[in-house]
Amino acid sequence: MGGSGSRLSKELLAEYQDLTFLTKQEILLAHRRFCELLPQEQRSMEESLRAQVSFEQILSLPELKANPFKERICRVFSTAPTRDSLSFEDFLDLLSVFSDTATPDIKSHYAFRIFDFDDDGTLNREDLSRLVNCLTGEGEDTRLSAAEMKQLIDNVSVAGLGLAGPGSGREGWTCGLKPSHSQILEESDIDRDGTINLSEFQHVISRSPDFASSFKIVL
Amino acid sequence: MDIQCTVYPISSSGLIYFYSYIIDLLSGTGFLEETGLFYGHYTIDGVKFQNFTYDLPLAYLLSTIVYLALSLLWIVKRSVEGFKINLIRSEEHFQSYCNKIFAGWDFGITNRSTANLKHSSLRYELRADLEEERIRQKIAERTSEETIRIYLLRLFLNCVVLAVLGACFYAIYIATIFSQEHMKKEIDKMVFGENLLILYLPSIVITLANFITPMIFAKIIHYEDYSPGSEIQLTILRCVFMRLATICVLVFTLGSKITSCDNEICELCGYNQKLYPCWETQVGQEMYKLMIFDFIITLAVTLFVDFPRKLLVTYCSSWKLIECWGQQEFAISDNVLGIVYGQTICWIGAFFSPLLPAIATLKFIIIFYVKELSLLYTCQPSPRQFRASNSNFFFLLVLLIGLCLAIIPLTISMSRIPSSKACGPFTNFNTTWEVIPKTVNTFPSSLQSLVHGITSEAFAVPFFIIICLIMSYFIALAGAHKRVVVQLREQLSLESRDKRYLIQKLTEAQRDARNQLD
Repeated sequence: MGGSGSRLSKELLAEYQDLTFLTKQEILLAHRRFCELLPQEQRSMEESLRAQVSFEQILSLPELKANPFKERICRVFSTAPTRDSLSFEDFLDLLSVFSDTATPDIKSHYAFRIFDFDDDGTLNREDLSRLVNCLTGEGEDTRLSAAEMKQLIDNVSVAGLGLAGPGSGREGWTCGLKPSHSQILEESDIDRDGTINLSEFQHVISRSPDFASSFKIVL
Repeated sequence: MDIQCTVYPISSSGLIYFYSYIIDLLSGTGFLEETGLFYGHYTIDGVKFQNFTYDLPLAYLLSTIVYLALSLLWIVKRSVEGFKINLIRSEEHFQSYCNKIFAGWDFGITNRSTANLKHSSLRYELRADLEEERIRQKIAERTSEETIRIYLLRLFLNCVVLAVLGACFYAIYIATIFSQEHMKKEIDKMVFGENLLILYLPSIVITLANFITPMIFAKIIHYEDYSPGSEIQLTILRCVFMRLATICVLVFTLGSKITSCDNEICELCGYNQKLYPCWETQVGQEMYKLMIFDFIITLAVTLFVDFPRKLLVTYCSSWKLIECWGQQEFAISDNVLGIVYGQTICWIGAFFSPLLPAIATLKFIIIFYVKELSLLYTCQPSPRQFRASNSNFFFLLVLLIGLCLAIIPLTISMSRIPSSKACGPFTNFNTTWEVIPKTVNTFPSSLQSLVHGITSEAFAVPFFIIICLIMSYFIALAGAHKRVVVQLREQLSLESRDKRYLIQKLTEAQRDARNQLD
C-alpha cells in the first residue's frame, strides 16, 4: 500500500463502519481502489476525501465495466450538483448497498432508483422497456422485437375505467376482453395504474428468490 | 425349523484362477462375501462388555431404521423450504417474469464474454417464455373437435409409452432370472468375459433401458402437442418413473425367486434355501453390483465420450457431422436423476450390505469431481439458463419418491420373508422384525403395557382420525388465507380507482371555481 498519507484515520474508519454495511478491510480496499483512479497529486488522505472522480474513470473499474446498468448506478449514487462525478463517500455508499450484509430493503430501494431511468419516482412503460433492452444486450439485433416487448410490458388497460385485462387465474373481473398477456405489469402492478411504484416494486422483489444473490458487487 | 435350513455351502474349488479375485471384487462373491460388507458376516452373538451385552441383531435392525428415518427427516426439511417458495409463486406456471427482469442480471459479472453470455441467455429465456404464453393462449382457443382429437392421440401415445415401459420391465425380469440361474454354475467352467457378462446382465439391461427410453420419450412428446414447459416436465416425470420402476422390478424379481421353490410353497424354511441359503447376502450382492456398474459406466462415459467429443469438436470442426453434433451441454436433469437412482440403490441395499452407504459416499465424491472436470473442460453453456431455485423442490420430491420406493422392499423383506437361518444375526428369529417384539418383552411391565397400548388398534384408529382432522383444518386455513390475499389485491386496485376518481372530481371543482371567479 502507499505511504501513511493515503491511509484513513482510525476515527474516520470507525465512522464509515458505523454508517455503511462494509467491514474495515472492505473500506480500506475501497479507498485504495479509489485512490488509484485519482491523479498522483490528489492521492493524500484529505485530498482523496474531497476529490471527485468522473464517470469515465469509475466505469473503467472491472466490476462495473461489463454491467449494463453502469451509467444508472453512477448517476443514482452521485451527490454532486451536476450529477456527473462520484466522491469517495458516494463510492462507499455504492459498495455498501451492493455488499453482502446490506438489508433487502436497502437493496430493493436502490434497485428501484437504478431502474427508474427517467427519475420520476415510478417505473412506467418506457422505463421497463429500457430495462429489458439493457438486459438483452445493447446491439440492434439483440433487442426483443416490438411485438414481444409489447406482450411483455404493455397493459391492455381500458385505462379510463381503471379496469385491467383479465390475467390468468384472477377472479373477479369480467372476461369480455381478449387477454393480451401483460406479463410484468400484470404481476407487479397491484393498483392497476399502469406504473410500478416503490412499494409494489419492493413487494415483488420480496417474493423473488434470486434478487439477494444477484444484486451484489464485491471489489 | 429344519437343520437343513442352516446349511450354507461356501463353494471353494481347488484351483483358483487369478481373475476370480477380480470377479469377486466386481460382484461381491468369494472373499468379499465373508467381510463385513455383507449381511452374512454379522453373527447373532452380542458383544460382551463388563456390565452388559451389546445386542447385535437389535443394533443391526435399528441402525438401518434410524438411517432411513434420518434421511426422510432431512429430505422433508429441505423440501419444506422449497415448498414455501413454490406456494408463494403458485400462480405462475414456470418462472416469474418479474424475477427474471428485476433480478435477472447478476451484478457480480466482471467479464465481457460472461456478460454477453448472460445477455443471450436472458434473451433466449424471455423469448421462450413469451412463446410459451402464446402457445398456452392458442391451446385455450382450441375447438372442441380438435381437443377430442388431441386427447385421443395422447391416449394412444400414453399406451405406447406404457408398452415401452412394459417391454423394458419384462426384459429386466428375464435378464434377472437368467442371471440368477446361471450364476450357480461353476465359475471356472466359464470364460472370464462370459462370466462377468452374466453376473452383470441385470445392471447392463437396466442401464441400456435408462439410456434408450429418454430418447423414445423425447420423440413421442413432440406429437402430444403440449406447451414447452409441460413437455419438459412430463418427459422428466416419465424418465424418473422409468428409473425408479426398473429398480423395483429387479428387487421384486429377486424376491419372487427367493420365495418360490420347486413345489410352489417353501414349507421347510419359508424361502428357497437350496438356491439362496443366505438370501440377504445375495440381494446385497445385486445392489453392490448395480452400484459398481453405475459407477463404472458414469466414469467411462465421462472419460471416453465427453473428452474425445470435445477434442473432435476442437480439432476437426470442419466435418459436417461434428458440427451438427456439436459440443455437449451439461444436462442437469439427467445428472440429478442419475444421483437419485444411485441413492435409491444405496437405500435399498443399506440393510443387506451395511457398508454400502460408505461405498456410495466414496462413489459420489469421485463422480462429483470427475463431472466437475468434465463440465469445466468439455461443456459449452446451454442457451437456456437453469434456475436452481425453481427445480430444487421438484428434485427433492423425486428423491422423496425414491426413498418411499426403497422402503417398500425393505419392509416386505423385514417382516414377511423369513430371515435366513444359515447366516446373519437373525438366525434365531422367524423374521427380522421379530427381534423388536422380543426386546419389548424384556422391558419392565409398565413400559411393556405402554408400548402395547400405543401399537394397538384402540390407539391407532383415534390417532389417525385426529391427524386427519388437524390436516383438514390446516387445508381450510390455507384456502381461507388465499381468498383473503385475493380480496386484498382487489381492494388495493379499487382504492387506486377511487383515488383517481376523487382527483378528477377535485380538478373539475377547481376548474369550476376558477371559471366562476373569472
